Amino acid sequence: MSLLSARGLTRDHRLPRRTLFEAPVVRHALRGVDLDVEQGETVAVIGESGSGKSTLARLLIGLDVPTAGTVTFDGRTVSGSDRALRPLRRDTGMVFQDPYSSLDPRMTVARIVGEPLRALRIPGDHRAMITAALEDVRLDAALAARYPHELSGGQRQRVAFARAIVHRPRLLVGDEPMSALDVTVRAQLLKLLARLRREFDLTVLLVSHDLGLVQHVADRLVVMREGRIVEQGSAERVLRDPQHPYTRELIAAVPRLP
Amino acid sequence: MTLEVRGLTIRIGDRTVVDDVSFTVPDGGRFGLIGGSGSGKSLTVLAILGLLPDGADATGSVLLDGVELLGAPERRLARVRGSRIGTVFQDPQTALNPLRTIGRQLAEPLRLRGRLTRTATRAEAVRLAGLVRLPDPGRVVDAYPHQLSGGQRQRVAIGIALALSPGLLLADEPTTALDVTTQAEVLGLFDRLVADAGASLVFVTHDLAVLAGITREVLVLSEGRAVERGPVAQVLAAPQHPVTAALVAAARATSFGAGEGS
Repeated sequence: MSLLSARGLTRDHRLPRRTLFEAPVVRHALRGVDLDVEQGETVAVIGESGSGKSTLARLLIGLDVPTAGTVTFDGRTVSGSDRALRPLRRDTGMVFQDPYSSLDPRMTVARIVGEPLRALRIPGDHRAMITAALEDVRLDAALAARYPHELSGGQRQRVAFARAIVHRPRLLVGDEPMSALDVTVRAQLLKLLARLRREFDLTVLLVSHDLGLVQHVADRLVVMREGRIVEQGSAERVLRDPQHPYTRELIAAVPRLP
Repeated sequence: MTLEVRGLTIRIGDRTVVDDVSFTVPDGGRFGLIGGSGSGKSLTVLAILGLLPDGADATGSVLLDGVELLGAPERRLARVRGSRIGTVFQDPQTALNPLRTIGRQLAEPLRLRGRLTRTATRAEAVRLAGLVRLPDPGRVVDAYPHQLSGGQRQRVAIGIALALSPGLLLADEPTTALDVTTQAEVLGLFDRLVADAGASLVFVTHDLAVLAGITREVLVLSEGRAVERGPVAQVLAAPQHPVTAALVAAARATSFGAGEGS
């Protein structure tokens, strides 16, 4: 059984009416997407902005409610109520693109990392769990008392990773988790992600337009365009032998090192 | 135009953030500045433009076709920036004024320069919109920035930079915020327009693969110092300085390439 499944997932956005007599325009962000993520695998969803990849990720982790379709996590249907979402929340960690805006500037590193423990009312010694998480992402324990503005971009994104794994989730979801960082930091975080995956047997769902990142971490690729999945398969196969013209176009557009 | 930077040193308070950096971009040259965050590459560009933030102090020399820009009066710098140096920065979202039409912004450098009639200004804006391949130039000039995609906004920024046919273009991470397909289109356009204009180019990026596609010579900066320079292909193939070697290794570990990775 898949850890995470979507069936017929659809999300429409009703745009504001432009005139009184015209019917409102509906934008289809996602059109009937089916997806399965197996326990322990790393799946990357790729596509351009507007392809629906972030909408898909948001629906899968219960941050948004589908217009139609269902999401199942660990055999249970996830719906909009807080009660139904709790098991999913308990077992999910999230990392977003921008370590500058995703960390509360008024909280210390320790408080930021410990937030999921408080929000999910997880029993136990929070301080010890925070220390362990900082260690997992190789951040010096001395940084626990610091504030985000005192850290470098790479350290901030490590804090974001620590927050994502502090409650030992089974699923890690990243939305462009490395695109705001420079190349050296990216290489270090790529190693970190690989290690966390191994150590905690994490299932990983990545949303990215960064084929470099995807090539180095994903087992499976899902290519999206205009709210639909146009191709999916093993990362190795999709990148070596893309079937859909759009996938080919995407791969051809990537700048390469000589 | 020829750009000569000699012994450029930038201090903020008692901290030296750019330390004795020199390089020359010959007329029509394609020059890349590369380095991690905090290496001083963006400050170097701002110093060339005379746009360093308050509290930052630059010494040394910045010569554009032999004319000193460093320490030149603001009035003269403003003229140079508009007409001889074009700039494209990373974020087209913030570079454009949300309250003004695309056409007005495309024509702004021309309007500031001279006594163009309203009709002539509009015609120029439409011409520039066409030059940067915006869809339906005759109508897009009446649109506002929020009605355009990120790639289209960056095309507008390129159009503004090219409005007065500058001899030197400075681009700081101009495609970093764009999707891979959009990036490829915008880079292709930029490459062609720089060639057509015969302009010299200084291109700042942390993306070695992008750099390799658009520049010939590269200067590697680390913590404000120039650590290595040379033809792009040579620097990438056989980096001499440990900093360059680390950058190239990191790029190879994270960027896309056939037969690499998992």
